[in-house]
Amino acid sequence: MDVHAAHNAVTAAAPAFSSRPEDIAWFILLLPLLAAAGITLIVRRSNFLAATFSIAATVTAFVLSFVLFLMFGVGDAAAVTSPFAWLHAGELAVNLGVTVDKLSTLMLLVVTGVSALVQVYSVGYMHGDRSFPRFFIGLSLFTFSMLGIVLADNFVMMFLFWELVGVSSWLLIGFWYEKESAADAAKKAFLTNRLGDFGFLLGIIIIWAAAGTVNFAELSQKLGAHPDLLGSLASVAGLLVFMGAMGKSAQFPLHVWLPDAMEGPTPVSALIHAATMVAAGVYMLCRVFFLYQVETAWPAALAFFGSISALDIIGGIGAFTALLAALMAIQQNDIKRILAYSTLSQLGYMVMAVGCGGPDAAMYHLTTHAGFKALLFLGAGSVIHACHHEQDIWKMGGLRKLMPKTFLTFALGTAALAGLPPLSGFYSKDAVLLAALDNGHPVLFGLGVLIAAMTTFYMLRLVLVAFLGSGRSEAAGHAHESPGAMTWPLVILAVPSVMLAWVPLGDYLTHHFFTDHGHVHGHGSEVISFGATISAAFGLVNHILFEPFNHAPLPAFLGTGALIIGAWIAVTLYWNAERDPLPKLLGSFARGMRNRFYFDEIYEAIFIPLHDLVARLADWFDRWVVGGLAVRGAHGSTELLGRALRIVQSGNLQTYTFFFVAGVALVVLIALK
Amino acid sequence: MSLTPGLHHFLVVSALLFSLGLLGVLARRNLLVIYMGLELMLNAANLALVAFSRFNANLNGQVMVFFIITVAAAEVAVGLALIVALYRKRQSAHVEDLTSLKL
Amino acid sequence: MPALTDLLFYGFAGLALLFGFLCVANPLSRNPVTSAMFLVLTICSLAGLFVLLNAFFLAAVQVLVYAGAVMVLFLFVIMLLDLKEEERRKLNKVALGAGTVAVAVIAGILIRAVTSAKPAADKLVEGTTKPLGRILFTEYLLPFEILSLLLLVAMVGVILLSKKELK
Repeated sequence: MDVHAAHNAVTAAAPAFSSRPEDIAWFILLLPLLAAAGITLIVRRSNFLAATFSIAATVTAFVLSFVLFLMFGVGDAAAVTSPFAWLHAGELAVNLGVTVDKLSTLMLLVVTGVSALVQVYSVGYMHGDRSFPRFFIGLSLFTFSMLGIVLADNFVMMFLFWELVGVSSWLLIGFWYEKESAADAAKKAFLTNRLGDFGFLLGIIIIWAAAGTVNFAELSQKLGAHPDLLGSLASVAGLLVFMGAMGKSAQFPLHVWLPDAMEGPTPVSALIHAATMVAAGVYMLCRVFFLYQVETAWPAALAFFGSISALDIIGGIGAFTALLAALMAIQQNDIKRILAYSTLSQLGYMVMAVGCGGPDAAMYHLTTHAGFKALLFLGAGSVIHACHHEQDIWKMGGLRKLMPKTFLTFALGTAALAGLPPLSGFYSKDAVLLAALDNGHPVLFGLGVLIAAMTTFYMLRLVLVAFLGSGRSEAAGHAHESPGAMTWPLVILAVPSVMLAWVPLGDYLTHHFFTDHGHVHGHGSEVISFGATISAAFGLVNHILFEPFNHAPLPAFLGTGALIIGAWIAVTLYWNAERDPLPKLLGSFARGMRNRFYFDEIYEAIFIPLHDLVARLADWFDRWVVGGLAVRGAHGSTELLGRALRIVQSGNLQTYTFFFVAGVALVVLIALK
Repeated sequence: MSLTPGLHHFLVVSALLFSLGLLGVLARRNLLVIYMGLELMLNAANLALVAFSRFNANLNGQVMVFFIITVAAAEVAVGLALIVALYRKRQSAHVEDLTSLKL
Repeated sequence: MPALTDLLFYGFAGLALLFGFLCVANPLSRNPVTSAMFLVLTICSLAGLFVLLNAFFLAAVQVLVYAGAVMVLFLFVIMLLDLKEEERRKLNKVALGAGTVAVAVIAGILIRAVTSAKPAADKLVEGTTKPLGRILFTEYLLPFEILSLLLLVAMVGVILLSKKELK
């Protein structure tokens, strides 16, 4: 790609910013890091300055991201990378570079936007916490890591930031480390992620070994030229890379960390579990989607997979996760856990979309989901804050009148998540369903519709129980609206939740994914230039609002139908309910749902003994072989030798001379040989 | 090896003298006698050098011997001064009494 | 019929070895003075060997410097230190045995080495004062001057060491 041409195009489009786009991208990336370093080194003692630094950095990053977005939304501005050599070891040359294209600029917007709002919100939510500045250090560091993933232009750099995200999420989830459950949850999240990252790393190594490059653009080009470049490992490499996404995006069977991570402060949940960390997996899959467009090929040992492609497996796992999490969400009582399982379910949705060959749909859903899920989490945080850290929805109730702003925004978020037209969630969900249908996955499509109904059901259950009805506890009765720092982010987030899909985001993404590669996507709709549409957007509102119904009526009507059915059941069961009627209706199945289908227990029964065994073996090896043989052996033999040599040190001159002569004799003998 | 003395003969004598000197260094306990043993070894080396010089038609060996004799003189002076100083301190010139090098 | 010089060689060599042996391992006397006197004799015999090797100047220096100056120094020190007690000490048999073995090994190695040396060109050089002096003051001038410095240093060192109170 010609950098100069892109540059010229960009400067022509936005003369106010003569700076090169990759420089802006670097600046965006480094801003949060600067903030984190600044807070750590300079203003750690001041709550006010810490928050100011952090928020200022993120807001600036957001503004710059918006500039970049405008630059690259216009026309066909090419991806810009600016690699500089980072390390060079043997054949492996790793550059650090940024990718600025439609995909990354959109994601930049999502990350910086949500991060900025979450930080503003945190000022209110974390007010009075002892470690207030530390929280902002963590948030800034996390934002930095996340932006690194978004901007990375090669696998190794992405992996670095991938791990950084793991570390900073560990810091944030375990922010209240005095609480044992929080510390445990942080550890669990970190370790589970590491498990996935292990696969990711293996995948990267395979790809590097086969293709000789880790750079996305080069790799894409090479794979485009030689689709059989990866040989029989193509699908395995794809699946291994997917394992990384499995960890970060909490897909089955590595989904267990996400609900536990709710032990962290609620803003963290909103940031990590709505817009960023969990989205990283999906984003990565979309970034390397070219990897999955190669011919399916399995090594001999895995030949039984036959024609099942890596994408099919990914789609299956996504759908299964979505279904499983939705089932679990139905019987949770903790407000944050409901949202956590809902997130899991929606992530499964996105992964399913990728698996169906619709990365555009996945990214679309990711973007809209980031908005309304952050809104829901922050709303939940507001509720928890008001109810003095009560999280059980059955102890809330009647909050509608006490917290009108929170209720309104929360309800909007719920509607968006449920996919009520014309809110944003409807369009992205429709895109996902359409991707499944168009690419020949009717089963996944059916599951998607079912999950849509379940989503509506459990979200409405949450709203009905927590906000409507009457207060079921003291705390709920005395709740009051949260301060402005907390409600304003809610209001701001409500805007994209409602209107995001009114701009042709779907076409924008489809354009990104399927024009370069020459595919013609099922949508078939004419690609509308972003810049042109913005002026004509309001004229087109009518067209956009009802486009799905006109264009592909089946998913649109089925999705809406699922919404209505889910809502109807929820209202029937939970309108003014005093306790949950489901356990009675479903019996032990409900208990299973409530207990997360015993995944934690199963893992504990299987993996903990296994792990203990390995640990004991390692301990034995360390104690006896490393410690006993190597360490003690070395020091023992040294000491023994020392003792022996001490006898020689008699202090007698002639003894020394004798050894000296013996040595000379030996040397002369050897020399004369 | 013919009976007419050649390089080998001188070198053998030199080697035997050297060994005798070494024996003195190793077996005798008196520092002074040990010193004499050292002198004997130096002289053995001198003999070898002179013999080399003679049989190689080259004066360099003799120059070396000249130097060795000078250095030996200086060494003997310093060494004996050391022995005297040591004797003043310890009232002995016997190596078995001088074991402060011991650990 | 061996020539006179050959006989002289065997004579001087035998004497040097005999006196050398008596110097380091006199079975009759362990008095350092005896050793010193035998060392003088050894050095004189070596001077004879030097003459046989045409190193006349060195033979003279050997007698003058070694037998004269150095050995006088030895005798002075021996007499300065009262070493009577030394003779009453028992011989260390182990040390003697080990020393003899080591010496025998060294001697064996050396003799084996020197006898395997190649015979060299048999051309005579005269080690008289004149050629030696010429080479000493032309080719070896710098080492010669450094040597004088060494002697000076040795002298200063000896004076310092001999002072009663070392400070």
